[in-house]
Amino acid sequence: MRRTIQGWLVLLAASSIALSTWGQVTSARLLNSAKEPQNWLTYSGDYAGHRFSALDQINKENVRSLVAKWVYQTGATGKFETTPLVVDGILYGTGTDNRAFALDARSGRPIWLYQRQLPTDIRPCCGRVNRGVAILENKVFMGTLDAHVIALDAKTGSVVWDVAAVDYKMGYSFTLAPLVVKNLVVLGVSGGEYGVRGFIDAYNAETGERKWRFYTVPGPGEPGHETWEGDSWKVGGAPAWITGTYDAAKNELLWPTGNPAPSNRGEGRAGDNLYSNSLLALDADTGKLKWSFQFTRHDEHDWDSTQIPVMIDQGEKHLIAQANRNGYFYVLDRTTGKLILANPFGKVTWSNSKDAEGRPVAVKESTPTLEGRRVCPGAAGVTNWESPTFDSQTGLFYVNAREQCDMFSTAPQPYEAGHAYYGSAYFPADDTEPFWGALRAIDLASGRLKWEFRYPSPSWSGVLSTAGGLVFTGDSEGNFVALDAASGKALWHFQTGGAAYAAPMAFAIDGKQYVAIAAGSSLYAFGLP
Amino acid sequence: MNSPAKIPSDVKAPVVPGILIRVAALVCVLVTATALLGQDKNPFAGDAGAAKLGEFQFRINCAFCHGLGARGGGRGPDLTRARKRDGNSDAEMFTTINQGVPGTAMPPNGTTGQGVGMTEEEVWQVITYIRSVQVKAPPQPAGDAVHGKQLFYGDANCSGCHMVEGKGGRLGPDLTAVGMARATDAIVDSVRNPSRRLAPGLLEATKEFPQEYETVTVVTAKGTEIKGVTMNEDNFSLQMMDASEQIHLFDKVALRSIKKSRTSMMPIYGPALLSDHDLQDIVAYLQSVGGK
Repeated sequence: MRRTIQGWLVLLAASSIALSTWGQVTSARLLNSAKEPQNWLTYSGDYAGHRFSALDQINKENVRSLVAKWVYQTGATGKFETTPLVVDGILYGTGTDNRAFALDARSGRPIWLYQRQLPTDIRPCCGRVNRGVAILENKVFMGTLDAHVIALDAKTGSVVWDVAAVDYKMGYSFTLAPLVVKNLVVLGVSGGEYGVRGFIDAYNAETGERKWRFYTVPGPGEPGHETWEGDSWKVGGAPAWITGTYDAAKNELLWPTGNPAPSNRGEGRAGDNLYSNSLLALDADTGKLKWSFQFTRHDEHDWDSTQIPVMIDQGEKHLIAQANRNGYFYVLDRTTGKLILANPFGKVTWSNSKDAEGRPVAVKESTPTLEGRRVCPGAAGVTNWESPTFDSQTGLFYVNAREQCDMFSTAPQPYEAGHAYYGSAYFPADDTEPFWGALRAIDLASGRLKWEFRYPSPSWSGVLSTAGGLVFTGDSEGNFVALDAASGKALWHFQTGGAAYAAPMAFAIDGKQYVAIAAGSSLYAFGLP
Repeated sequence: MNSPAKIPSDVKAPVVPGILIRVAALVCVLVTATALLGQDKNPFAGDAGAAKLGEFQFRINCAFCHGLGARGGGRGPDLTRARKRDGNSDAEMFTTINQGVPGTAMPPNGTTGQGVGMTEEEVWQVITYIRSVQVKAPPQPAGDAVHGKQLFYGDANCSGCHMVEGKGGRLGPDLTAVGMARATDAIVDSVRNPSRRLAPGLLEATKEFPQEYETVTVVTAKGTEIKGVTMNEDNFSLQMMDASEQIHLFDKVALRSIKKSRTSMMPIYGPALLSDHDLQDIVAYLQSVGGK
């Protein structure tokens, strides 16, 4: 691809902004992040959740010459899930056990390091992980495994404020990267495996004071409460552990929620179990619910809907697209919350029909039993929390998918505060074929598969698309791969030495583009020689 | 995460008179000893209610590898056997569950992403459950281990591809520990139907699933055909061992063709090739080795 004049201008703008605006990330800059593609200001790179970089210095023509520029080693074990932010040459990332770090993004050299002193009895379900920080003015914000929200000084890493959101001993934690909207730090809680009552919180970025809380399981008297049997709502789960997106025009947060608890046992919680496995549209100033859409009703397979809801505008159409863990690719109208399309993007056996609104309906035979039943997808879903990307140039939605079916078996279990509360077990079905995965490109208009790129085993990596006509992703064999966004052909790869549990991102400094990804226990940055 | 017995660590030597240090040290030793003693014995031993709770914990945290009834799944050993490779005492099992087994797929408690990790109490419940399904007496191998060993290294030629205690071939998995890990019927099945469930091979630190002993046939750019087992692969490279135990390293783009198969390279040992009686002897031999 030949460099466009626009491309050069973007890079020129990059170097001049770097000099003039250091350290001052205003809410206006977050809103207009498209104007500064050299920076990566929010978890998904923009409020729409596109994870698209307008940088095109690295492109289809030259990507074969990409080289590693630096590696930052955290020295920590466990899944390294961060998407770093880059602001005017400084990179902010997080590691396991609530590490945080600021690096010189040109060299990977640390400027400050932070690690939280966590209690010994925290209750993270699935690793001592963290996915990143949010930034506003001179502070970065992190949710912690002991369910605190903290603000660190962006220049030194010192703690500016530290507030407890909820008692971690009841099974709550934070693992997601917060989202800053206006002067609010918004984040959702984890703990769907402990019978928590999920919520989404917003804190004043300056003071740490809580502005609002939305409980994802309605209490007595609230609409939706009737979708829970008896007192089951009190331990109904519905966590909100992935970063949502923000529709500035309507001042609405679009936030997805996770599984009802106990996750694989529906007995005792008869009903749809709102607002588990749903997409919520919340007023950003008040946290009031505007509309909701439930992807999986009365879930019995641990299919959290905690996948990035991607906002896409096409002329008069204001859409939201989500590749859901239950195996369907959904497109909704985000003005009304009405379903437009639901198409499987992987093997699905739990549904073979749709209701009047077009929502997939579960077959009876998908309900777990004591002996176990084989259902596709398995508990990990056709996709999980790994970020997708949408490239408006190709009109394709890219997501890492998994082909795995599981045996779902109930394990009746009394609720005990702070203890694991699954009510279930799942394990690989005794298939002859091993599980595999693929990066899939889905055509937004039809919801159909355009191409796929297979992996020997499923990938937990997110995907980045760029104006260079490329998509970048990682795999479980340790490769970081660049593919032609139009055809899915692999053009370049680098063996990082560790599985990727994070999404790539891109930035530029001094007119030079970089692409970065966390893999193994290290953060890698690549650029042209 | 689980927290094992805590040892007092706040004895500040410089400001405390010597006698107090000694007293403190003694207290420290006593507390430690008591705590460890407390960890040696299962507080729920024989408690049917605890075994039931343990069964649920087992399903959530362990069944993924060890199977629903603890009889061993695709990856994990059969836990109903009284002999366990890493020890069968309460204390040993507690340690195995909490710390995992280095060099194997058995992870430390709470680090798997499968299940959320168990509290100390829950680990004891699981041990109580395992005790409740454990076959009471170690099964007396029906076969003749001495004859089994002769067959293994002789007429049956298992050792052509399999190693036991450092002696044998390299193309198939090392079988030193298999007699300790697998149920008899699982071993018999893998001899009679080697392709039904391929043995797991290399498991990398952060990967979910191990590489399996898949058969691979490649044709090189020069047209040479090489057949062997997959040691590892990713999208771009392949590491394999051929029947003469030669390791080959390939970039996939440089190969004319790659054909992978889930038909094991191991021949099917049907009753005509290996009688039930002889197979029992080989199983007896495998069960007689590999203990600690």
